Amino acid sequence: MSAPRVLVLRTAGVNCDFETEFAFERAGAEADRLHLNALAESPKKLLDYQVLAIPGGFSYGDDVSGGRVFASEMRHRLADVLATFLEQDRLAIGICNGFQVLTNLGALPGPFRTDATPTVSLVNNDSQRYEDRWVHLEVRTPHCAFLEVGDRLYLPVAHGEGKLVAREKTLKQLREQDLIALEYVTPDGEVASYPENPNGSLAGIAGLTDPTGRVLGLMPHPERFILPTQHPSWTRRELPDLGDGARLFAKAVRYFD
Amino acid sequence: MSWKIEVRPADSVADSRGKALLEEAHVSGVDSVRCIQTARGYILGGDRLDRDRAQAAVVALLRDPVCEIASFTGDEPAPEAAHRIDVLRKPGVMDPVAHTVLETLHHLGFEDIDWVRTFSRYFIHGLDADGSGELARRVLANAVIEDVYVDRPDFPTDFAIPPVPFERREVALRESSVAELLDISGRNVLALDEAEMRTVQAHFRDLGRNPTDVELETIAQTWSEHCKHKTFRGVIDFDGEKIDNLLKQTIVRATTELDRDWCVSVFHDNAGIIRFDDEHDVCFKVETHNHPSAIEPYGGAGTGIGGVIRDVLGTGLGARPIASTDVFCVGPLDLEIDKVPRGALHPRRVLRGVVAGVRDYGNRMGIPTVSGAVCFGDRYIGNPLVFCGSVGILPRDKAFKAARTGDAIVVLGGRTGRDGIHGATFSSIELSSESETVSSGAVQIGDPITEKKLLDALLIARDQDLYTSITDCGAGGLSSAVCEMGEELGAEVHLDRVPLKYAGLTYAEIWISEAQERMVVSVPPENVDRLLSVFRAEDVEATVIGTFTDDRRLHLFYRDESVADLEMSFLHDGLPEFHRPARWTLPASSPAPRIPGRPTGEHLKALLARPDIASKEWIIRQYDHEVQAASVLKPLQGATHDGPGDAAVIAPVLGSTVGLAIGCGIDPRTGDLDPGEMARLCIDEALRNVVAVGGDPDHTAILDNFAWGSPERPEALGALVLASRGCYEAAVAYGTPFISGKDSLNNEFRTEDGESVSIPPTLLISALARVPDIRRCLSFELKEPGRHLLLIGKTQAALAGSHIHASLGVSGGSVPRVDLDLGPRILRRVADVIRRGLAAACHDVSDGGLGVALAEMAFSGGVGARVVLANVPTDDELDDWTALFGESPSRFLIEVRREDAQVVAQMLEDLPYICLGTTGGENLVITGRDGQTIIDEPLPPLKAAWQSGLAIMEVHRQGESGS
Repeated sequence: MSAPRVLVLRTAGVNCDFETEFAFERAGAEADRLHLNALAESPKKLLDYQVLAIPGGFSYGDDVSGGRVFASEMRHRLADVLATFLEQDRLAIGICNGFQVLTNLGALPGPFRTDATPTVSLVNNDSQRYEDRWVHLEVRTPHCAFLEVGDRLYLPVAHGEGKLVAREKTLKQLREQDLIALEYVTPDGEVASYPENPNGSLAGIAGLTDPTGRVLGLMPHPERFILPTQHPSWTRRELPDLGDGARLFAKAVRYFD
Repeated sequence: MSWKIEVRPADSVADSRGKALLEEAHVSGVDSVRCIQTARGYILGGDRLDRDRAQAAVVALLRDPVCEIASFTGDEPAPEAAHRIDVLRKPGVMDPVAHTVLETLHHLGFEDIDWVRTFSRYFIHGLDADGSGELARRVLANAVIEDVYVDRPDFPTDFAIPPVPFERREVALRESSVAELLDISGRNVLALDEAEMRTVQAHFRDLGRNPTDVELETIAQTWSEHCKHKTFRGVIDFDGEKIDNLLKQTIVRATTELDRDWCVSVFHDNAGIIRFDDEHDVCFKVETHNHPSAIEPYGGAGTGIGGVIRDVLGTGLGARPIASTDVFCVGPLDLEIDKVPRGALHPRRVLRGVVAGVRDYGNRMGIPTVSGAVCFGDRYIGNPLVFCGSVGILPRDKAFKAARTGDAIVVLGGRTGRDGIHGATFSSIELSSESETVSSGAVQIGDPITEKKLLDALLIARDQDLYTSITDCGAGGLSSAVCEMGEELGAEVHLDRVPLKYAGLTYAEIWISEAQERMVVSVPPENVDRLLSVFRAEDVEATVIGTFTDDRRLHLFYRDESVADLEMSFLHDGLPEFHRPARWTLPASSPAPRIPGRPTGEHLKALLARPDIASKEWIIRQYDHEVQAASVLKPLQGATHDGPGDAAVIAPVLGSTVGLAIGCGIDPRTGDLDPGEMARLCIDEALRNVVAVGGDPDHTAILDNFAWGSPERPEALGALVLASRGCYEAAVAYGTPFISGKDSLNNEFRTEDGESVSIPPTLLISALARVPDIRRCLSFELKEPGRHLLLIGKTQAALAGSHIHASLGVSGGSVPRVDLDLGPRILRRVADVIRRGLAAACHDVSDGGLGVALAEMAFSGGVGARVVLANVPTDDELDDWTALFGESPSRFLIEVRREDAQVVAQMLEDLPYICLGTTGGENLVITGRDGQTIIDEPLPPLKAAWQSGLAIMEVHRQGESGS
């Protein structure tokens, strides 16, 4: 099969679109950056793509809260085509602000419905400030199209609103259905506290998938560790040809083999 | 109708923001406050808006159903025994959140909502009403831009600014006496002096009419120190020697003489441009935004970074910003609360505010903030300094521009409001205890998302070749932008076509408003429609407001009536020659103090903990320093990614191995003692920083930013002459041209008692070096045990201005000097060693001297070292103090593998260097000149000391690991 096509959706304040496009293209996909306005003009265009990527940034300035306005705009302008897209055998990923968009849309933990209300929320870090630091992650779910269960990833986070909160029964459901995609861990794989859990996230949750495993949202930035020289201490070691983040994009591309 | 809505954390969710504010209140000396609860507030207004619809809007957008509760004000009483504080932005102050909310609600079908305002609400426990109000003013609000209401849930929300009737105003100038002229200048904040006012008067006498208000404002703004750099370009009488145009004779001359073929565009665009690779050029600009930051640190620093980013956007035909830098100079963080002079803010509040300002603007723009510094000093209390830099990249065929006759003048981006009126002239006036009240109009809050949208749309339009020239609206607003672009052509502008944030602006205010996030482009008529549609597709406003003509005149119209008609030549060349006296007397030299005893581990730890030297991790982590995914060497380096890198490296073309190193040099402690030497030291340090990480010294450009006291004091101006000459000498000696620069004079603070406090002469040198191959980049920390540690360069017995002197509370002796013959040779040889991959680590020796540099390398690498001070290269009589803590320039420490030692020794043969010792062990062990061990310290306490320096800013830390 030919290379999957990826739509990198951008709007006011999205700012990780170029590197997300680069990450997918390095992995062998064909990626286009497209403005929400252009997509909303002919929503069916979305179905020309196999993967929808909502990149990081500060869509609409994080005004009200991270991802809220972008999600409102998407629900208002694209709800039906989005429902169709997600029902079919296609993938969607939201990174950082994109994760916040997916939770606000109710696409995570999902399943997405056009009238869904959010059941989890990403709120201010416990530190009350934006932080950029590298974290260790472990893949929990066995059924996410982007991830290999048990895989360990080292990636940067850069956000002010990344603490996942949910009610008790939601958390129970996340566990029972294997929807917890990624957890912050210590370098030894143990339960992490600050700063290894950089935001105080419930149960150390760094990323979620939906029941189909075809939607992934995560706070860390896999697109920022594609090249070996992006590692924060690459000058101290021999590095592989590719960064940890590249595995995630490569697996998504292989999904369409 | 209007509805006040409060959104607060649900009871099950911790109010962590409230907890953080509580700690901040305690640090600020408000001890008795027990608890602060926080809420966000929205006011929704509309003639026909009923409660159900307001409630529906809350559910649709404003409340998080998982963890927030929303209620209408008045439905619930305030918590018992608490005082309610409401903080609102004053009418006319930017409120980007309100703007987004209104627009989104309209999209969602809430057409019945006419306006939105936001506010912050706090419930204060443990204080009475007066105490709560005081807390609000000290911690929760800034009276310059915000109103505070205590227990006033019915606070007023009506803020309509009444429209002003149009009236063409003239200023009676022709018959005015000198006293009246000066009064006109003062009353209108024109900042024009007597000679300038007389020149204007003579011009209008010749024309046989009085100027309109907007003509006078245009002249004042064009002739302002901020725009014209009168001091640097005027005539200086330096102790009898006539200097005509100091800038040309020093800074520009160095670049002209060096004549580097990779310099593309220097000094005449918004930023200097140099060659990067076969397809791209890069540009760099650093600006100051000091006075606004003194009064409103958050808004001042945010609009500072926003402004310099627009400079880069407006360089050539537009560059994409790829990195930001920030350098702050503030008062001591431990200043006692009652020592803060009236009219000034506490240094902690200043630092917290400027960091948050750069963070929120830079992060939202998606531009990594990668490099910076912070200096502390008493004389920055009333007049802190904020330097913001921006690096951009542009295709090689987009470096030049020229508007053409017939091109449409199009204003892009944000709307024009009354904000920032008089910024260009305000920065030329001294700050005082009254500044807060007289100049609040010059303070603004930025709107980074509007600027980000502008950036996105602009680069699309650039790549479609839709416009012929571009510049940003900075100081002086449309006036400055249009007059600059139309200098050789002429321009006609219809001010009533400029989109406004609100009614109530006069035509003169529209013309000089410094509202942020705006740019101006010149668009050939056949491209106008396409350009407007590009911007529409990105939700950015673009409006045709006039035309570039061919009569070399500025014509302004309001509702078809002429309100200005000026010759461009008078505007740009009519400024009278500017004369100023300068002198300089070297401060009386005093003998070097004898420091009793010998250096110990305690001395070293005290130095490491000095805020200037200590870890800036608290700041750096708040910045997104990795967005755009170009980072190669991050600002924090080392085994655990928390050590102080010499410079940052980025590779802005993803997948390419060509990079840029960005670093700086600043040394205000030497500024008073010897301004010329300070300049040479700063250049040497900036260059060492970029070379230490792998930058090419033969493809490095530098920028100057002079922040000075009033040039009306001959001593201050004399210091400026010496510093400029120092810049010239060092730039030529090192072969590194200046490509851009900026001066900020009049950095003085007048206290209540009338005493004027000037900042120390402060020069920031920023360096941008090409890195030919990023895979050769080097981080500074020790890598492995069992290796040689080499010290290259000479150490002088000169401790004046050093941190050890400051730490011990002594002064005297001489300042270290740059050897302009040896320094450049060392720099290039070290670059060769690095290029050949022969160094495993390289660190420049600067603040805190060899002792601090060694400690930083060791604790950041987790590898100890044993060194001996006995044979440190020198021409002087050294002792352990000077050898270990002297801050002599042109020195590097490098780690060398044993197998490479011989080759490196051959390469360094004709230079002063020694093998200082070896790496390894758990401790840093330093043997004094007499063979006795003077320091033997495990690494963790050294690192802990270094990490403690800004601990006072980390009030939130305890709360972070919990919940």
